[in-house]
Amino acid sequence: MQSPDTSNDDSPKAGGLFLAFLSVGLSGFGGVLPFARRMLVERRKWLSESQFNETLALCQALPGPNIVNVSVVVGSRFAGPAGALAALAGLLGAPVVIVLVLATLYGRYGEAGRVPAMIAGLGAAACGLVAATAAKMALPIVRTRPVSAAPFIVLAFIGVGIMKFPLVWVLMVLAPVSIAAAWRFRA
Amino acid sequence: MKGASTGLLGDLASQFAVLSLVAFGGANAVIPEMHRQAVGLNHWMSDVEFANLFAIAQAAPGPNVMISTLVGWKVAGIGGALVATIAMCAPSSLLAYFAARAWERYRETRWRVAIGAGLAPVTVGLVGSSAWLLIHAADRQWRLVVVTAIVAVVAYVSKINPLWCLAAAAALGLAGALG
Repeated sequence: MQSPDTSNDDSPKAGGLFLAFLSVGLSGFGGVLPFARRMLVERRKWLSESQFNETLALCQALPGPNIVNVSVVVGSRFAGPAGALAALAGLLGAPVVIVLVLATLYGRYGEAGRVPAMIAGLGAAACGLVAATAAKMALPIVRTRPVSAAPFIVLAFIGVGIMKFPLVWVLMVLAPVSIAAAWRFRA
Repeated sequence: MKGASTGLLGDLASQFAVLSLVAFGGANAVIPEMHRQAVGLNHWMSDVEFANLFAIAQAAPGPNVMISTLVGWKVAGIGGALVATIAMCAPSSLLAYFAARAWERYRETRWRVAIGAGLAPVTVGLVGSSAWLLIHAADRQWRLVVVTAIVAVVAYVSKINPLWCLAAAAALGLAGALG
């Protein structure tokens, strides 16, 4: 995946990767993956649908923010280490600046007037969005593998959410067993 | 936002570097661990402050990883924000950079499929834990619980841009309807 895609004469350089991921970073709220797909597959046609799915599967199996992994893998695929850095910087640069401006405003005016009530409303909506994301992710798993996979949803929730065990312990216990169950399911 | 000691920056760097390498399922899967360390172990902030930072991260454009930027900012200002962001992204990015080559070689092999399929349910449980934790931290009275429930249902059944849910809830708060 490291060698530049020679079949495509429009292979992006570092500058193009920076700008493309800059637009992705600024386009989404609470997760930008759908926008990355639109940019890479539909608008710029840098990746085919299946190449994108392949890249995404890799990035979801690896630890770390998925979209950050996508930017690194796509950037390096077209322009090596410089491309990876450019895509990463493009993705994170503007959002970091914006979020720090918001944080500074919050630090200064967070207690003023009705601002706390506004932030409370935002916070309540934000956790509703996360709950919906969890439910959407759970649905296909519960449907297709109710016995071999769904119990691990519950166990991970109990371990981290209810018992508040350190994440590393929970992963070390659950991940191998869950992967073994998936292995047997495929057999 | 006082002058950050190197010790504090070092703590941020090491904690987020570890989070980076266990963040299967992305940043939203490690919210409980981030909270455990920032609120429970290190007392860097209160429950409510953590929930507020998460709300701000969601209301800003960009990837979910912005919550780590804000935790770093809370602990040690701009320097802390940069250290936490880089520590959260660098280890996993390096891993992704090198794994991309190996991955191609083993495509469609059975163990690769099993790893993906096995991690998925654990990840879902972790994102569910994040929602659970944030609800406990953010919903301090019943009106906020109602907002959370409505947003969860709307976001689940419709394809509406989440920004509208956030904007509506913020407007209700500003109007004094959630006090």
